[in-house]
Amino acid sequence: MPDSTLSPLIRVHGLVNRFGAQLVHDGLDMEVRPNEIFGVVGGSGAGKSVLLRTILGLRRPDAGTVQMYGEDMQNLSRAGRAALTRNYGVTFQNGALISSLTVAQNIQLPLREYYPMSEATLDELAELNLALVGLPPDSAAKYPAQLSGGMVKRAALARALSLEPKLLFLDEPTSGLDPVSAGAFDELLLYLHSQLRLTVVMITHDLDTLFRTCSRVGVIVDRRMVSDTLDGMLQNPHPWIHEYFHGPRARAAEMAEHG
Amino acid sequence: MTALALERRGNDWRLQLRGDWSLAAMASVDSELQTLSTPIDGALVCDWSHAQSPGIGPVWALLTHLADLNAGGFPVTHTDAPHTLEFLQKLRIERHAVHAERADPSYEEPLSHFIGKLGRWTFLQGIEARGAVNFFGRIVSVFGETFARPAAFRVSSLVRHVYETGITAIPIVSLIAFLISVIVAYLGAQQLSRFGAGIFVVDLVTISVLREMGVLLTAIIVAGRSGSAFAAEIGVMRLNEETDALRAMGMNPVEVLVVPRILALIIALPLLTIIADAMGLAGGGLLSLLNLHIPLPQFASRMRESLSSTTFWAGLIKAPVFAALIGMVSAYRGMQVRESARELGRLTTVAVVQSIFMVILADALFAVLFVKIDF
Repeated sequence: MPDSTLSPLIRVHGLVNRFGAQLVHDGLDMEVRPNEIFGVVGGSGAGKSVLLRTILGLRRPDAGTVQMYGEDMQNLSRAGRAALTRNYGVTFQNGALISSLTVAQNIQLPLREYYPMSEATLDELAELNLALVGLPPDSAAKYPAQLSGGMVKRAALARALSLEPKLLFLDEPTSGLDPVSAGAFDELLLYLHSQLRLTVVMITHDLDTLFRTCSRVGVIVDRRMVSDTLDGMLQNPHPWIHEYFHGPRARAAEMAEHG
Repeated sequence: MTALALERRGNDWRLQLRGDWSLAAMASVDSELQTLSTPIDGALVCDWSHAQSPGIGPVWALLTHLADLNAGGFPVTHTDAPHTLEFLQKLRIERHAVHAERADPSYEEPLSHFIGKLGRWTFLQGIEARGAVNFFGRIVSVFGETFARPAAFRVSSLVRHVYETGITAIPIVSLIAFLISVIVAYLGAQQLSRFGAGIFVVDLVTISVLREMGVLLTAIIVAGRSGSAFAAEIGVMRLNEETDALRAMGMNPVEVLVVPRILALIIALPLLTIIADAMGLAGGGLLSLLNLHIPLPQFASRMRESLSSTTFWAGLIKAPVFAALIGMVSAYRGMQVRESARELGRLTTVAVVQSIFMVILADALFAVLFVKIDF
């Protein structure tokens, strides 16, 4: 369970992002504490992916600061950033597996980059990561194009886990999956979270996933973030948040979770 | 530094794990593990108390290696074990079951492997040839339909492609035609002046540019520019399932995507060829003036003498044929893209290489044909 006494792993303060005249974030604050599963939700175009890209340092914010592991992402040297990247794993919405590499080679890609080791060792680690995400051994030799949607998501997770990070960013990990596969992914995530003591930041639209896995939720409304536990969110009077957590789909997901 | 020490304690074994056991030390963990080769013949205690920050990769490797050494299945206990140990042990057992279930009987490559490969290759070539013939047949039939219903023809798409393949190619085609012609004239002047036949440079430039070089250079440039663009554009649309979307909306991708492109090339390439011809003659004229001191009026009159009625047309008539070849080959390769970005790159390359090859092959056939019919 998250421990609120520990200092946050990620701290975003006063974030401003704008595209031309369009203001996406205006003074957004966010904190992610160790060992929690933090869900990020918001309407389409609310800037969830932009927020993720900013935290990862793929986009420079127009104002504000992003700290990860206490390091300021904007002022990090190249070497400092490279060292920091080993401490977190990312999965992108469509998997973003390198299509010219097999699944095993995709998993080994960051390992090869950072840690010199023999081919046999690399194969062993690929097998371990496939086992972690529940992919069959024969998927190692397959190319991403040969995998189903659910397997792509799992393979992407295996690649994100390959450097044994303590922090995981997932962008819509269950989008495009059938409910059974999505449910299985939720269970996998919860299991890995408890066994490997991961901290997870997850962008999701899947209410079932949200209710099943997340310990805290950040909602992007009015260009800022409102963070609370799920129970807190259910009480929140803001019209959009109320609509989101009390709409018919949310009620169904909540019922499924709490019986 | 990673280290492990296996020692005997009476009937039992004790494995002491020390130093760095994180993923960063994976290489040394593995080499240390290779030094352990004595089969275990008694209960084993693994002491993790001196291992620093054990990562799941190294722990997994140790468990795998211990399982090999401990074929007798003697009890293994861990003290001060990392929190992931139990999880990894469970995972290993589950995984073992998966492997056992899927283990297929070891497959031996047959002696006839080479013959098999050859057969497979031949078979695939056959399928490929059938696919190509199929595609060209489809294009011809769609062309026929298009001409039967000119009202349905996609004019705006045609105009866009004429602009992209024709107008925007004018600068590079002009420049290359001009430069190549200057080179030919210069080398020709060097040789012919020795016989006092410098004036024949005009014949050399005129005939080579108009009959061959103008159209061939233009076709090769267009194959590189537009052939690759066609294959890549259509390929990306296939990856995006855009061609499937068109089909689902009742439109024929060949008609929507391929026909306007090929037609645009057939229009643009002859026009580009005329420009290339003009620039080539200009290059020859300029070099004759500067290098051989042949004044331009003399160049022009000599040029007219060297021309026969067919010289210009012998070059230009090839342009639409080259255009159709480039368009069909590139579109065909583009439509073959499926699955991945790698395929896209490979097929774009194939499109350009084969377009150029087809153009040169067709040029050779034209050369033979023109000699036979004395054109």
